[in-house]
Amino acid sequence: MSSIFPPAAQTAAARRGFLSGFGKLTLSATAIALLAGHDRLALVGPAAAKTAGNDVTFLNAALAAEQEAIAAYQVGAASGLLQKPVLDLAVQFQGHHKEHAAALAATVKKLGGTPVAGKAQYSFPVDKLKTQADVLGFAAELERGAVSAYLGAIPILDDRELAKVAASILGDEAMHWAVLRQALGQPPVPSAFVS
Amino acid sequence: MKYPFAAVICLIAGASLCQAADGDPGRGAQIYQRCLACHSLEHNRSGPRHCGLFGRPAAALPDFSYSPALKSSGLVWDEASLDHFLENPLKAVPGTRMAYAGVKNSQERADLIAYLKSATRDAEKCPSGSSP
Ligand code: HEC
Repeated sequence: MSSIFPPAAQTAAARRGFLSGFGKLTLSATAIALLAGHDRLALVGPAAAKTAGNDVTFLNAALAAEQEAIAAYQVGAASGLLQKPVLDLAVQFQGHHKEHAAALAATVKKLGGTPVAGKAQYSFPVDKLKTQADVLGFAAELERGAVSAYLGAIPILDDRELAKVAASILGDEAMHWAVLRQALGQPPVPSAFVS
Repeated sequence: MKYPFAAVICLIAGASLCQAADGDPGRGAQIYQRCLACHSLEHNRSGPRHCGLFGRPAAALPDFSYSPALKSSGLVWDEASLDHFLENPLKAVPGTRMAYAGVKNSQERADLIAYLKSATRDAEKCPSGSSP
């Protein structure tokens, strides 16, 4: 595992720093923002119904992607390829995705929609995941895609509060992506803009 | 200095000021990373797999549950229809479940489509069975 980390991250102090702040959150800022947004939405009335329909489409697409990310981290964590502290990271990131999924599903319900159910089985390229770096690279790919997916949702969401929630999740996924790149020995922040 | 400045202008102004040259599949592969939260070439994810895309009617995979809107769109996927769809999916096919603003820059779309064209018929990336 030490070969995964660039030299600067290999000291015990850096590792402690890397892993600090791993606590269990009870009610995340995201969930709070969602609830706040939806009380307001509930007051908007019938004119908002069509709007809410568009937003539900996105929320369900995002929910499906979050469910898939949860399953992907499960595959990674159960693969036996991840060693501590990388394993702890994977479990923590999976926890974030679970929080995102719960908040998104709750919001779909509040808007009168039906949250999509997770799939019983996902097709992951498990035959190509043979080392810790392979697993981290796959996770980084999903996180990078998630950043783009949320970014691509912000302009089309009708409700400004929901756009803010998407931005909040986007920030979290971008941090995951950067940390995974760092763990892979890649420049953690590849450019000034995400796209 | 000129090129990066032009690139920034394209980024800000969107497609209209930026003429698309021929697509570069290498750059397109980078752009395709934006799609990977929902798609992969070989497997259905929350979006349909892309192997065998070119020449196929929209919403043609038997094992993916598409929106009624995409099913009745009458589109067949080629450079022109993809260019139109990917610029603004919700405008091109109102009611589509692909909740994504789109790729606004025409050069980026050309690169992406060039990548899709080669990758979705590549025997290694798309082994038999992945393109119906
Ligand atoms: C938020 C998730 C999401 C993102 C991000 C996304 N897509 Fe999609 N895409 C979907 C879904 C869902 C569908 C099915 C749409 C429907 O049924 O209306 C789809 C459909 C498509 C189709 C039609 C496929 C067919 O079989 O007819 C193409 C082509 C496509 N997407 C390309 C892309 C490309 C290229 C990107 C990246 C620039 C992208 N998508 C980004 C979710 C997504």
